[in-house]
Amino acid sequence: MENLITRHRELSVLAAVLISQVFGLAVQVRSKDPQHAPLIRVWAVATVTPFEQAIVHAEGAVYGVWHNYLYLRGVRQENRDLKAQIEQLRLEQVRLSQDASQARRLQALLGFKEQSILATLPAQVVGSSGSEQSRSLYLDKGERDGLRKDMAVITADGVVGKILQAYPHTAQVLLINDQTSGLGAIVERLRAQGIVRGSPAGETMLEKIMADEEVQPGDRIITTGGDGIFPKGLLVGTVIKVSASDLFLRIRLHPAADLTRLEEVLVITKMQDVAPASDIAASPRAADILAQRLPGVPDKPTIAGAPQAGTSEAAAADAVAPKSAAGAKPNPPDTAAKPQGPETAPHRSPGPQAKPTHDSKPAPALKPITERMQ
Amino acid sequence: MRLSQTSPEQVEVYRFPWLAAALIPALAIFFQAFFPVQFPFLRIFDVPLLVTIFLGVTRRNPVTGLVTGCIIGLIQDSLTHHPLGVYGIAKTVVGFGASSLGVKLDVEHAVSRFLVTYGFYLLHQFLYFSVQRGLVGEALGWAWGHELFAALVNAGAAVALFALLDRFKQRN
Repeated sequence: MENLITRHRELSVLAAVLISQVFGLAVQVRSKDPQHAPLIRVWAVATVTPFEQAIVHAEGAVYGVWHNYLYLRGVRQENRDLKAQIEQLRLEQVRLSQDASQARRLQALLGFKEQSILATLPAQVVGSSGSEQSRSLYLDKGERDGLRKDMAVITADGVVGKILQAYPHTAQVLLINDQTSGLGAIVERLRAQGIVRGSPAGETMLEKIMADEEVQPGDRIITTGGDGIFPKGLLVGTVIKVSASDLFLRIRLHPAADLTRLEEVLVITKMQDVAPASDIAASPRAADILAQRLPGVPDKPTIAGAPQAGTSEAAAADAVAPKSAAGAKPNPPDTAAKPQGPETAPHRSPGPQAKPTHDSKPAPALKPITERMQ
Repeated sequence: MRLSQTSPEQVEVYRFPWLAAALIPALAIFFQAFFPVQFPFLRIFDVPLLVTIFLGVTRRNPVTGLVTGCIIGLIQDSLTHHPLGVYGIAKTVVGFGASSLGVKLDVEHAVSRFLVTYGFYLLHQFLYFSVQRGLVGEALGWAWGHELFAALVNAGAAVALFALLDRFKQRN
């Protein structure tokens, strides 16, 4: 045996090196510890990324000096164009804020909760994995800057990926066009749910969309928010090609964020489930304003044995006969289902606490107010 | 042009100064990790593989070749999100094969360098995908057209790169 190994020394060394690597691979595949990074990986990343960061920052400094102090040609014209653009955007903002407040009101009524982005951290892309089969990037910020595994990485244009591993001074980002990535997404127009992942050639694909869905080129794909990593509604990309398969469609996307030319990204460091702020509770209703302007109505005298505030009986009584301060004009049973005119609509709009009841009766305290209003 | 080289006396073995031997693979890995971010089309090149082949065929020592390939491969693995050893195994075999082939073939000519790199690129990719699928269990897709084109591009780059790296080698 010893003779055989000596005679085929080179082949023996090859076999030993290969077997040890296969054994190491098996250990890694079996352990599957997501938080554990082998020491060689930490060392390699710690060796390579400082040079990358140094070059990127030096390049940024030179670029900044050149473009901010030396090369200022066309800046005046650009400034004028930007001012005109601001005016247009202001007009659009007014329209959008109205739409947004309406959407918030509706969401509040339906009790929706949404994930909002509380904090982001800008980071610069300094390097890549250098492999076509591993589409990942390295950032110039790491664990010491507050980055953690599974944080979402985005740009102003759309989704980029998620943090796969956070090292002390750098973080590895898995791009959405990697074959091993998976991102819950929906076709905005059809609300059909699928999974975004990469193809071997690095294309971004939308999978698991049933073949009977009428997805068309140009359709926008947005995040579902169901994975707990990306907030709902972020743009992933647009459909550029749809081809039929057996059961599912084969949909190719154009990523909203240019994944091949990323320089700066935003890492979502804090997200929170929040109920949308309701404008109903904040803004006074027409009836409240009228009640304040008109002379006060004496409170209903307390009757012994009547339900006290804060008890379940009182709550039940409130639901049946709202107090005048609430200003809600109850509808007679025969008119409750009928459409109301615009002037009566505010009286009927239910707040978060007060729900309209069809069998409610008019409270005596309301009568003088309504008479004065007429 | 003669591609085969049967006489052992004709085999010229080279060595590299220790600084060059350490810096060439390090720069190759740095190039591979850094420049594709700035210039995405460079992603198609596998410069660490080209360096592994070059060092193998120049030194003509199979053990040195496989160890060099193993180290370069493991460092390259470290920068990806795949388990360590995928590139390591592929480049170990390539390093060993290039060194063994260097003894038998004249790899000083541009054509032979082109052909050797073309073949080893495809072997490397085949091993990489086999390990990923068979041992790691990740179903990576194989695109023939892309791999053949990438082999062509890398073989072309190897001719230029090897000519540049020839300046560092010293006759043993």
